[in-house]
Amino acid sequence: MTWALDHLGVIASLTWRHTLLAGIPLLLGLLVAIPLGWVAHRVPALAPVTIVGTGLLYTIPSLALFILMPLVLGTRILDPINVVVAMTVYTVALLVRTVVDGLRSVPADVDAAATAMGFGRFRRLWQVQLPLAIPVIAAGLRVAAVSNVSIVSIASLIGVAQLGSLLTDGYNRAIAGELLTGIVAALLLALVFDLVVVGTARLLTPWRSP
Amino acid sequence: MIASVWSWLTDPANWRGAGGISSRLGEHLGYSAVVILIAAAIAIPLGLWSGHSGRGRWLISAANAARAVPTIGLLFATSLWLGPHVTGDLAFTVPSILVLVLLAIPPILAGAYAGVEAVDPAVRDAARGMGLTGPQVLRKVEVPLALPLLVSGLRSAVLQVVATATIAAYVGLGGLGRYLIDGLASGRYAVMAGGAVLVSGLALVADLVMAALQRLAASPGLLPPGRRKRRSDRPDAGPDPPHGTTVDVPAGQDREGSRTHRR
Amino acid sequence: MPRHLTRIVVGIAGVGLLASCGSGGDPLASSSTATSGTSTASGSSAGPIVVGSADFSESQLLAEIYAGALTAKGITATTKLNIGAREIYLKALQDGSVDLVPEYTGARAYYYDNTFSETDPDKVYAALQRLVPAQFTLLTKSAAEDNDSINVTKATADKLKLSSIADLAAVAGDLTLGAPPEFQTRPQGIPGLAKTYGVTFKTFRPLKGQQLVQALKNGQVDAANIFSTDPAIAANGFVTLTDDKRLFGSQNVVPLIAASKDTPAISAVLDAVSTALTTATLADLVKQVDVDKADPATVAKGFLTKGGLA
Repeated sequence: MTWALDHLGVIASLTWRHTLLAGIPLLLGLLVAIPLGWVAHRVPALAPVTIVGTGLLYTIPSLALFILMPLVLGTRILDPINVVVAMTVYTVALLVRTVVDGLRSVPADVDAAATAMGFGRFRRLWQVQLPLAIPVIAAGLRVAAVSNVSIVSIASLIGVAQLGSLLTDGYNRAIAGELLTGIVAALLLALVFDLVVVGTARLLTPWRSP
Repeated sequence: MIASVWSWLTDPANWRGAGGISSRLGEHLGYSAVVILIAAAIAIPLGLWSGHSGRGRWLISAANAARAVPTIGLLFATSLWLGPHVTGDLAFTVPSILVLVLLAIPPILAGAYAGVEAVDPAVRDAARGMGLTGPQVLRKVEVPLALPLLVSGLRSAVLQVVATATIAAYVGLGGLGRYLIDGLASGRYAVMAGGAVLVSGLALVADLVMAALQRLAASPGLLPPGRRKRRSDRPDAGPDPPHGTTVDVPAGQDREGSRTHRR
Repeated sequence: MPRHLTRIVVGIAGVGLLASCGSGGDPLASSSTATSGTSTASGSSAGPIVVGSADFSESQLLAEIYAGALTAKGITATTKLNIGAREIYLKALQDGSVDLVPEYTGARAYYYDNTFSETDPDKVYAALQRLVPAQFTLLTKSAAEDNDSINVTKATADKLKLSSIADLAAVAGDLTLGAPPEFQTRPQGIPGLAKTYGVTFKTFRPLKGQQLVQALKNGQVDAANIFSTDPAIAANGFVTLTDDKRLFGSQNVVPLIAASKDTPAISAVLDAVSTALTTATLADLVKQVDVDKADPATVAKGFLTKGGLA
């Protein structure tokens, strides 16, 4: 506790970096997963390939992905971009299936009604399918958000500073307060991410609120 | 780069000996198996009980919330505080195994719980009506019906444990993670990339095995009526995720997990 | 556009906006970690000097000292600490992620030439001058030295009658060595022990920092490679085995800077720091960081103030 109080500035700045490293990939991943999921949904033959293919990305250990990114992207080894891209990959891996499930959850009669009203396929996606899929997509997004916050910590092993830096430093110098602070801060940040996703989903689906 | 990774992977000399790929692979499988067994022994009974009795739901919520704890922090904390109290080489394995077990429990717990909980109440009532006792309902009706979701939870746990066991190398555990940590420390990218390929490959194979198990678990005699029933029974199926219909989906437990969150 | 999706788009844009204007410009591109010395905007025309460090306390401390000394003289400096072992922070120096790192003469010379055999501090330094590629500039070395050292517990030393590394040759076949992972492949590490002393341990356990100290104390490893300035050696009564054949050579602290970033002003500041550092001072500073758990930046500041460098 004393450790945390003595280092509020450090904690705040690391938390902010952590937020960006976990949050930006969440948005990027969603933006990539929606078209991928939509294609997989529209062309059922592609669905297994897309879902399994992106799901496989999740089997790459995070540490390995972080380390290998500079070789793939040609970036410098300490670039935070490496972490952002790696986390985006994980987000996509988690969300494509979710988007497909979400689109599948749209009742066929609703979709048919929209078609009958003369909606084209993009207007249907934009105005009918995606809004109705929000609850399912949000559920997947919550998992991705929480897992992103946790995985980003590992980037401190490759010298990219965020809350995980408190963990590695606390461990290497055996400072219990610092280690605990890192854990609690990451936990609270995950909670905030979760609340933001839930809150946004609720705002976007006013017809579901009591 | 790819050539050097390939030559590292295919050099027979790298496969032999104490630090060789064969023994690292064996260690990795060994740790993962032990972890899954322990986690399953804890989480499956708990999840089944909770789903059957409708009690202890907070357990599932708590386990889900615990997923947000950064694994690496937990690993550091346990090895720092537990390590000195354990003698011999166990000082390196025990903390890591403990953390991996904690990591594996939530998906298994959620899978077991969601599996039983998703059983149609009518089916449960029918079983009771036929004179089955509570434990018999659980054993003869709920568990078979819950099996696909339960295995789905196990599958996700296996994937997580195999992938995360690599990080435990940082606190002295063996296994394939050694190639990542040691390769990183000594700047040998071929070793790191080779290690990454091995871990991913192992995770993939493990996932395929679990997928096959999952298919077996969904015995054809049980599933189709259950599916039909649940679908027609849910007029409100609207924008809600069709939990009951996604038993063949590996990420199923994730949504089940968040579903329990929402409640 | 329908209401809900408009909101999504607005929401995403909002978060993006928040992200981009939060801490001025592009926060992800900013290099300083939170623990770094703050930079002052005066002076320096060639952009800020980014000081990198390895993943152990002393290296972080030295990086903070360099950054603090530069900042005090009006040269903008930030830090990127805890990058990794030499093999990694060298890559960061090469690709321009960092401009300046604290180095150790012998280990760096070995890095370039693994047949390197000089042991005298001045000769090692002179040799390193020749070995360092033109893109880097080696500044003046300090008298302060921090060497690798093989340590055993008092009990082990008494039982096996060990006082020098050479004594290990007969018994190492039954012992476990603990050291940071990179020790396994470094020419001065396990290969060097075998070549120079004929010492080959039964097993090697890659560990570092406090965990390595704990492992030696608790008997999970029988011998450990711990930095000679590490306060844990004295605190735990470990016995450091003498390196009679000078396998570990001389390891004087020396700043290594990207040649394109070096200016006479910067050299002058860092030379003054190197002059002020001694092995005893360094050991004391490391003790403050590792034992008293003070922040490296704070300890660095204390040292600079006391020495009239800031």
